Amino acid sequence: MSKALLHIEDLSLTFPAEGGRRRVLDRVTLDLYPNEVLGLVGESGSGKTITSLAVMGLLPPTARIGGGHVWFEGRDLLALPERDLRQVRGKHIAMIFQNPRAALNPLMRAGEQVARAVRLHRGLSGKAAYDTAIELLRHVGISDAAARARAYPHQLSGGMAQRVLVAMMLACQPRLLIADEPTTGLDVTIQAQIFELIKEVQAETGATLLLITHDLGVVSEVCQRVAVMYAGQIMEVAPVEALFARPQHPYTELLLQSLLRVDRYSDLNTIPALPQITLTYGSGCRFANRCPDVRAVCREHRPPPFAVTSGHAVICHKYPEEAP
Amino acid sequence: MEPLLRVENLVKHYREGPHTIHAVNGISFDVYPGETVGLVGESGCGKTTTARCLLRLEEPTSGRIVFNGQNLTALSASQVRALRRHFQMVFQDAHESLNPRFSVRRTLHEPLLLHGLFRAESQLYEAVERVNLEREHLGRHPAQLSGGQKQRVGVARAIMTHPQFVVLDEPTSSLDMSLRIHVIALLRRLQRELNMAYLFISHDLSTVRHLCDRVLVMYLGRVVEMGPTEAVFARPRHVYTQALLSAIPIPDPTAKRERILLKGETPSLREIKVGCGLQDRCPYVADECLRPVPFYDLGDGHQAACRLARQEPQAMPTQARHGDSEGKLR
Repeated sequence: MSKALLHIEDLSLTFPAEGGRRRVLDRVTLDLYPNEVLGLVGESGSGKTITSLAVMGLLPPTARIGGGHVWFEGRDLLALPERDLRQVRGKHIAMIFQNPRAALNPLMRAGEQVARAVRLHRGLSGKAAYDTAIELLRHVGISDAAARARAYPHQLSGGMAQRVLVAMMLACQPRLLIADEPTTGLDVTIQAQIFELIKEVQAETGATLLLITHDLGVVSEVCQRVAVMYAGQIMEVAPVEALFARPQHPYTELLLQSLLRVDRYSDLNTIPALPQITLTYGSGCRFANRCPDVRAVCREHRPPPFAVTSGHAVICHKYPEEAP
Repeated sequence: MEPLLRVENLVKHYREGPHTIHAVNGISFDVYPGETVGLVGESGCGKTTTARCLLRLEEPTSGRIVFNGQNLTALSASQVRALRRHFQMVFQDAHESLNPRFSVRRTLHEPLLLHGLFRAESQLYEAVERVNLEREHLGRHPAQLSGGQKQRVGVARAIMTHPQFVVLDEPTSSLDMSLRIHVIALLRRLQRELNMAYLFISHDLSTVRHLCDRVLVMYLGRVVEMGPTEAVFARPRHVYTQALLSAIPIPDPTAKRERILLKGETPSLREIKVGCGLQDRCPYVADECLRPVPFYDLGDGHQAACRLARQEPQAMPTQARHGDSEGKLR
């Protein structure tokens, strides 16, 4: 594989909690390669959103980095001053948020917001920038773009607002796009449209897409690779087909068994419950207490990632002896 | 069997300045004792308005709602209140629907007091234990409970008076998948124990498939398809139902299926066109869709208001990896 565009290395992060600090990310290591779509999947509290906020330099002030690096084009984003980081953000890394209407400026018309991004990142000005903005809005599937451009965010539906954000992102032409549950709160038929659009735009611009989601259906349909997180730790990283066909980590296996599918009926009694994420953990694997294959060493420390095949890595003491 | 609830031609319109919002446009259905009916559709389809009309939390514009042989639409507010112990609601947002100043004890005690049903403390113990909480939770306030625990208190409150009919408005949509399965299993057990009928309102079709006996699909304030859950999910016959089901991502890269993408977004409820509500978005629209579309009877209570429903359906082309496609067992 080519050189990583983004290399998250041993990233640990803590938040204040009762009686000390709570480690919400525990030595997270993850690579994103040019032009790929990687899904970061986990339940609430698994640390997937915090990981993306760390990459964007948008962590809340109470967060403290406990170690690690976020390498992007040879620079450690964690060590960059805010002024330089602002350069990277928007220009090279852009983010699409969960609530599109809240991510737009409520006091500015949609077209003007896109035009600003065009001015800032494409060096166009005045009418040329605005015309480009309208063109971009049309490009993301907004019919009657010139009229919609005059709407304020509250006059747009959620799906429409998300399209405006995608247009802004196109204006910036970032190398890396982070989308955090971009269709939460949208109806499923609109969700399908937005994912089609995001896939098209990704293919067209060659941007790398980090898609954060709890929905393994979305991962299955949109992503090429997937990283599974549980309680602040990465458990497994694999190509999508391999993860679904040959999950290696006991947590991933449980996660896949716990799904309710719309395309078939399963007896609820056969669906295992996922463990709740708790507040305190020791130094070992955070799934150890619920793991059917737990060993004493699992509670002590975690092994380095084991490559099951090229591109399929698992962090679990079962390996290498149980490698397929 | 007599239906527990009969809804006849229910209409609910709202005024919005000079406009009329056509939220519910003449829907009819029955709910039988002890069954679970799913009411599904996307935002603005009228499913929540329908439920609120059923419980008389909203006044219907027209139509009849007959509960246990009594026409609710003809009763006064105080008469409805007296009947309310028999029909209850579990709200979408457990956090919002619980009074933050009330302990769990008070929240559960209140419906019993209102209806003169409180006999002994043991009723409260029984109530918390029934929803898998502990007696010690009775002393807690909502802020001291997790999301899943609050949702279970909401369920416990709704069933304090042993209602015959409970409306569940998206009770699982704010929960993680792991908790969602717990809540579904709990609702099913309670239904068996207390022989309640449920109207389950949801846009989460995976959950609907695993909880409901029958399902009604709504679009623009009308029912477009209804029938036994397995029939509707395995052989959807209205293009809208097909599009809705095909839009849901399946967690299986080997599943092969065709996605029906609808054009545009749900139109405004200010003006309802003659004919099929989907006419502006449907890829298969034809002249006859612009005239009123009758329900086609597909057998076993399965009906769809779509010209294509008459044609032999293609089963939804999905491939189950483990090859199980057996019907629902209860």
